[in-house]
Amino acid sequence: MEVYLDNNATTRTAPEVVEAMAPFFGTEYGNPSSMHNFGGRVKKHIDEAREKAAALINADPAEIVFTSCGTESDNMAIRGALEAEPDKRHIITSKVEHPAVLASARYMKRFGYRVTELSVDGQGMLDLNELRASISDDTALVSLMWANNETGVLFPIKEAAEIAQSKGVPFHTDAVQAVGKIPIDVKKTPVNMLSISGHKLHATKGIGVFYARRGTAVMPFMHGGHQENGRRAGTENVPYIVGLGRAAEIAAANIDSEFEHAKNLRDRLESALLEKCPDTRLNGHPELRLPNTSNVSFEYIEGEAILLMLDNVGIAASSGSACTSGSLEPSHVMRAMGVPFTAAHGSIRFSLSRYNTQEEIEYVIEKMPPIAERLRAMSPFTPKKAG
Amino acid sequence: MWDYTEKVKDHFLNPRNTGVIEDAHGVGQVGSMACGDALKLMFKLDAEGRIEDARFQTFGCASAIASSSALTEMIKGKTLEEASTITNQDIADYLGGLPEQKMHCSVMGMEALQAAIENYKSGGDAGNVEKTDSRVVCSCFGVTEKEIEKAVAENDLRTVEQVTHYTKAGGGCGGCHSDIEGIIARVRSGLAQGEPTRKRPSKLTNIQRIKLVEEVVEREIRPQLKRDGGDIELVDIDGPRVVVAMRGACSKCSVAQFTLRDVVEAKLREFVSEDIVVEEESK
Repeated sequence: MEVYLDNNATTRTAPEVVEAMAPFFGTEYGNPSSMHNFGGRVKKHIDEAREKAAALINADPAEIVFTSCGTESDNMAIRGALEAEPDKRHIITSKVEHPAVLASARYMKRFGYRVTELSVDGQGMLDLNELRASISDDTALVSLMWANNETGVLFPIKEAAEIAQSKGVPFHTDAVQAVGKIPIDVKKTPVNMLSISGHKLHATKGIGVFYARRGTAVMPFMHGGHQENGRRAGTENVPYIVGLGRAAEIAAANIDSEFEHAKNLRDRLESALLEKCPDTRLNGHPELRLPNTSNVSFEYIEGEAILLMLDNVGIAASSGSACTSGSLEPSHVMRAMGVPFTAAHGSIRFSLSRYNTQEEIEYVIEKMPPIAERLRAMSPFTPKKAG
Repeated sequence: MWDYTEKVKDHFLNPRNTGVIEDAHGVGQVGSMACGDALKLMFKLDAEGRIEDARFQTFGCASAIASSSALTEMIKGKTLEEASTITNQDIADYLGGLPEQKMHCSVMGMEALQAAIENYKSGGDAGNVEKTDSRVVCSCFGVTEKEIEKAVAENDLRTVEQVTHYTKAGGGCGGCHSDIEGIIARVRSGLAQGEPTRKRPSKLTNIQRIKLVEEVVEREIRPQLKRDGGDIELVDIDGPRVVVAMRGACSKCSVAQFTLRDVVEAKLREFVSEDIVVEEESK
């Protein structure tokens, strides 16, 4: 059996999405900017995709810019907002952001920017008072993620955005992990900018969305033609845009049932593993998190070894251990949460999708405990059993 | 996903000799849970002083477990003297190679073996063998100067990144990078602690000169050329004139003339005498 539980890394492209994309690799090759009918036909589909993407977060279609990926959207937000306010030299973000935000913000230091990285508590939660205290007249941008990719923990984005708004500071959220998994409404949440990645919600890799609320000043990142209302030059990636539109449509239509589906399976998996495997711990807030993500630490054993043993029985997951990243320290998220190194090295993230089944989850519940037991029997740190 | 060899996968999924020897003659433990990997190696000797049984317990990734498993297989049946010559490269070779970022796993194996042998020699009632009194360079991972020197010398390391791959030193906060650079430079110029200095002698007899040229070619020049698939042979030495033949990749190399001058001649001038002129054998 093959069980894919690494959906926060990437998701399976929905068959409906592939089907929607197909004509645009074939007969529908026109350039949407062209005056003739070849172009006009295609333009209609781009417009539709824009409407569908907008509907998923309750935005206006004019506020949607198609990009190449979530990372581009994050870069666009940070660079675009800073350039629009050149006199302000301070960025606020958090310690647990995705590298697309964290590395981009840190990069700006070399141009004289100050970067405040807000800390999180042991459950990965933000302290809004720290955010309040950090904002100054010099703050050009606050960028905080909606949902954490490693733990699934949800930041209080509505409250955080309101704080930024009350001080007149633009607010960006990396919502790559949240969009499509939980309902998001930008009419009720005063974010100025928001990033979406296609392949995290069953569209393809190579497509992202940058949302910028009407009236938010964002300098363009790519210069050239007038595409995307002059906000992102370059001929539109038509098949991928159409695919993203279809994926957004499916996600919006099923968001409640998929939430329930993922949460039921995730909770079953998590409670069974915590019960069957001694010396395990849940990383991240137990309630305030995505319905599909479970991050569990197995004490005394190391994540890469667990992953490869899981892989050997057809189960795909991921880990925040040092060895899986190629660096020597466990993930920056685990460290920021103060997860002891001993537990961080043995942390495993299971992330589910609409395609997972009860049968698959039962299979993982059957296979995981003996793997932990086997590696623990090999580990010099496993406490000897009494008697 | 790492590019592990079939042998690494086999030793990871079917590790040999796991477990504990209760009445072990030697026990060595290196690494720690905080560092991300740790290995406890135990061995028992037979009446003739050969390793009769070896077992391990490992906390770590697939390559750490495979390296430990390989190590126990390698040392079984060997005397302690024979076992003590095993290097980290031998462990990696046994496994058909390790990704460079994982070479520290093989180094951990070698260190555990040395610690276990040390533990046996010092009376061996088990437990951790304390690190030598060498200065700790990398405080994030507790790596000493001696350990770095040894890894640089034995594996011909050139960059801080390589030292990190082999020893973990420098893989945390990065505060010791310039220190590591200094150690690399010192070891590579042959000035590591305890080694004889290799300064150019002031006067040489003809015999001494010939011997020294041979030695420098072997020690300083050939390893460097071999890394690029080339080789060199000494043809003749006549006073300051050294005639060589380029071999392997060097013989077909378009920049061999530069190698001749910038590497071969430069090294010989550095270590033998300043008036050395290197010529290629006329074909």
